[in-house]
Amino acid sequence: MSEREVMEYDVIVVGAGPAGLACAMHLKQLNEALNVCVIEKAAEVGAHILSGAVIEPQALDDLLPGWRDHPPPICVPAEKDEFWLLSKTGRKRLPNPPQMNNHGNFIMSLGALCAWLAPQAEALGVDIFPGYAAADIRYTDTGAVGGVIIGDMGVAKDGSRKATYVEGIEIHAPVTVLAEGCRGHLSKRLIQRFELDKDCDPQTYGIGIKELWRVETGKARPGLIQHSIGWPLDRQTYGGSFIYHLDKDRVALGFITALDYRDARLSPFEAFQQFKHHPSIRPLLEGGEILSSGARAVVEGGYQSLPKTEMPGALLIGDAAGTLNVPKIKGTHQAVRGGMLAAAHLAQSLSSEGFDRKLRRSPVVAELKKVRNIRPGFNKGLWAGLRTAVIETVTGGRLPRTLSNHADHRMLKKLDDYSPPDRDWVERELPPRDRLASVYFAATDHEEDQPVHLKVADTDICISQCTEEYGNPCTRFCPAGVYEMVEDQSGRNLQINAANCVHCKTCDIKDPYQIIDWVTPEGGSGPNYQNL
Amino acid sequence: MSRTLIIAEHGGGRLNPATAKCVSCAADIGHPVDIAVFAETAADIAAEAAALTGVDKVLTIEDADFGQPLAAMIAPEAAAMAGDYSHVLGPSTTYGKDLMPRIAALLDVNQVSDIMQVTGSHRFQRPIYAGNAIVDVEAPEGAPVVATVRTASYAAAGNGGSAAVESRAAGAERPQHSRYLDLKSEGGDRPDLQTASRVVSGGRALGSADNFELVYRLADKLGAAVGASRAAVDAEYVANDLQVGQTGKIIAPDLYMAFGISGAIQHVTGIKDAGTIVAVNKDAEAPIFEIADIGLVGDLFQVIPELEAALDDG
Amino acid sequence: MKILVGIKRVVDYNVRIRVKPDGSGVDTDGVKMSINPFDEIALEEALRIKEAGKAEEVIVVSIGGDECQQQLRTGLAMGADRAIQIQTDQALQPLAAAKALLKIVQQEQPGLVLLGKQAIDDDNNQTGQMLAALWGRPQATFASQVVLEDGTATVTREVDAGLETIAVDLPAVVTSDLRLNEPRFVKLPEIMKAKRKPLDVQPLADLGIESGHQLSVTRHAPPAQRARGVMVESAAELVSELKNRGLL
Repeated sequence: MSEREVMEYDVIVVGAGPAGLACAMHLKQLNEALNVCVIEKAAEVGAHILSGAVIEPQALDDLLPGWRDHPPPICVPAEKDEFWLLSKTGRKRLPNPPQMNNHGNFIMSLGALCAWLAPQAEALGVDIFPGYAAADIRYTDTGAVGGVIIGDMGVAKDGSRKATYVEGIEIHAPVTVLAEGCRGHLSKRLIQRFELDKDCDPQTYGIGIKELWRVETGKARPGLIQHSIGWPLDRQTYGGSFIYHLDKDRVALGFITALDYRDARLSPFEAFQQFKHHPSIRPLLEGGEILSSGARAVVEGGYQSLPKTEMPGALLIGDAAGTLNVPKIKGTHQAVRGGMLAAAHLAQSLSSEGFDRKLRRSPVVAELKKVRNIRPGFNKGLWAGLRTAVIETVTGGRLPRTLSNHADHRMLKKLDDYSPPDRDWVERELPPRDRLASVYFAATDHEEDQPVHLKVADTDICISQCTEEYGNPCTRFCPAGVYEMVEDQSGRNLQINAANCVHCKTCDIKDPYQIIDWVTPEGGSGPNYQNL
Repeated sequence: MSRTLIIAEHGGGRLNPATAKCVSCAADIGHPVDIAVFAETAADIAAEAAALTGVDKVLTIEDADFGQPLAAMIAPEAAAMAGDYSHVLGPSTTYGKDLMPRIAALLDVNQVSDIMQVTGSHRFQRPIYAGNAIVDVEAPEGAPVVATVRTASYAAAGNGGSAAVESRAAGAERPQHSRYLDLKSEGGDRPDLQTASRVVSGGRALGSADNFELVYRLADKLGAAVGASRAAVDAEYVANDLQVGQTGKIIAPDLYMAFGISGAIQHVTGIKDAGTIVAVNKDAEAPIFEIADIGLVGDLFQVIPELEAALDDG
Repeated sequence: MKILVGIKRVVDYNVRIRVKPDGSGVDTDGVKMSINPFDEIALEEALRIKEAGKAEEVIVVSIGGDECQQQLRTGLAMGADRAIQIQTDQALQPLAAAKALLKIVQQEQPGLVLLGKQAIDDDNNQTGQMLAALWGRPQATFASQVVLEDGTATVTREVDAGLETIAVDLPAVVTSDLRLNEPRFVKLPEIMKAKRKPLDVQPLADLGIESGHQLSVTRHAPPAQRARGVMVESAAELVSELKNRGLL
């Protein structure tokens, strides 16, 4: 093994999302002399970012006073909130929960927002390296995090070196800030290694699938924000939809299915597509066209699942830690505030020590604490959840109780132990026809001659045990059709279509045996989201 | 001076069929059509050109320097002739793509590349972004129109003509800086996937690398190149370089035959400009049938041998 | 010897191209931009020639607004020694681009100019040939192999009939095809070094070129979709259908 080339920085930020960029920018705002870099696995900033997104602007005001005078390319003021309960054929308007009052907020594309932030970060002196994946952690002699190792490029599927092989360099820094977003692969390793989650509940997640449409002229009502619960999900499954009306006849819509669902036969992708066919939604989309699509896991664990966010040599911020506010369905303002808080902390000492305490005393965690019982209230079903939500909202989270979270992968029921509800789903006609067609609109691109980046520890389990117990749920929970059980002359096999992967991390989370490990592919691979 | 000159492409002493397609495009422009043949010995080629329906005159410019297709040699001579013409066309083959812009530059005009439709004497449609958008282009009046013709958009002109053949002396100065060395046709017996006029492709329904032999056999019978869907490549039935589609090769053969390929959008992107698409699939609902010109619902393990037999019979 | 490499900033090949509903162009809002892939191959070839000791300097040149400096910096990070931006907000057609490049050629006197065979946005495939014509020098388009020796470039060209080899005296213009090489990955430290390499900005207006006759693009439309064709019942019917269409 040759000695890797080394670059030195004061702070390394992994991930050019809202948390990472805010942290890097604020570091330079506080101390211009600091050397700060941001490593981003997407080919360009924003290309792996997917969010609703209705954004509370106050955190942006703090980071970039005056941003409203030169707003990001997609930025539509919120006009009106609607909250609906859907049945298969009908719908009922519900009172808008106060957390979902969006007056003063903006509908944006988080991907476009990050792409817009990046040059401003560079203008502040931040070095941003899109197209480079932080593949591993570099540890110091004392076992502290001492930086990251960039993934090698030009490695063939069988692990051999191609003519284009370039060894990834090491980047060393006193502090590494993990801002990888939900279920970051390095964050996951560090949480395990430093047992950062030993005093909290397991993190819980949802899978969000989103499409951006251009609808027929006049159908979009810019600023309208619509959310729904109910159909097509059963009452035991938490989740719901969003439809955000943008300018230029564009509508962003998506569906989040909580990953603690029990039904091994459920396909979150199919649930989203079914939602689009609801009689109240379908007319909006008919005659329109999909512009882009994608999927990303979201953290739902909130306050009680927040791991310790510091370890020797490193911090977790944003959704790598899990600061998203589920009842608000918003994480961006939390991510930006958390990133800025980390910057303020590091500008003082370039040490991770003491950050966790600061974060827990900050408005970021106060906000999470207040709503901590709302999401787990839904563990007992839709009606119990709505009841808890009302109580917790009225009392402002001051009741002396904290409902607990459970690990999503343990919640799946074996086929024999579960009789699925009659979903009564409809014949679909709106595009995309299937997951492969959906992936096309994610413009996902992986060099195909590279090692499979979805590491399945033991495929024998897939072929025998899982087939029997759960019917290979990976073939359904993956929104990109990465996993297929293929029968050919060599028998029944798991085929991993790694090139389809949109980096959503659902498989890493939901696989009931926890034998799938999502690692980063060659830098620059993955989806190329446009305005998601 | 409303007159069109077509620069003939030829090889091995024969006229390349792309020239006849340019004649069809020129017919849409509507002016009288001449064909220029630059060659060392032009008689046979000129005779073929003169037989094309709708050609007025064939001009032969014979010189040892024109024995090989070197753009730097031909362009000055062609540009000198252009004064008599409103339009100068060449095929959108590697020959035409190499030569025509050099002529256009000498005439101080931009070239209209890859005409797919003529909508007026100076108005054309052409593809950009690999055919993902079509633009209307207008060339200025009062300057020669130099253009290449997208061969896939035109049928060859018929052979009902009897144009006069005139010989012209070469007059322009020719450079000494370019020399032709040789031409090797590629590969072994099977044509190259990228440029083949027929392609037979197989999908995962083949079931194994061994079964892919069926596809090879049919391809050889048809003189076709072999392609595959990504699913077949991922299942390791064939090598990656046979992959057709978004992440593989984008091809436009005259005939594309897909066996056991479902027709995912990623695959279809790679064949959208093919002339005729034939699909054979067990699944009548397969998306490939939505874009296939000829579809057959059936088991490829039956259909391919039957096809071979039918081809042998007739 | 110097090598001049032209690089164009284009919509990345991964982007789904969509025509704007009003037909005024394609939607480039927020889309990823990259070096034209063929130009990247041209640059890689130039760098390999330099690394083989057959050239001393590689200069990348691009024509466009200041946003194309991003692609020039990428070119510098790949290994080019310096960059020139011909600054203009107009989208130049190939003839004007060739004339602008010729001015730089006259300034720099390169022994070799390497360009991509075509840009993947306009798909014109003209600029290299036009530059060679205006310069009065040889062209070798669609190159899949370039060998330099004694003031001559022996170039293998990917033509429809196979692989053609020609020899051209230098200086010359060579345009790259896909199989010429596989461009390198840029190492991170090279990105930092590239920030310090010289990038010379020359306003197009200062070059004093006449753009000549321009084509006007009046409308963009999406391509026609393929439609469902006919269904046949048997292999025999399929063969006769193909024969009817003159395909067998």
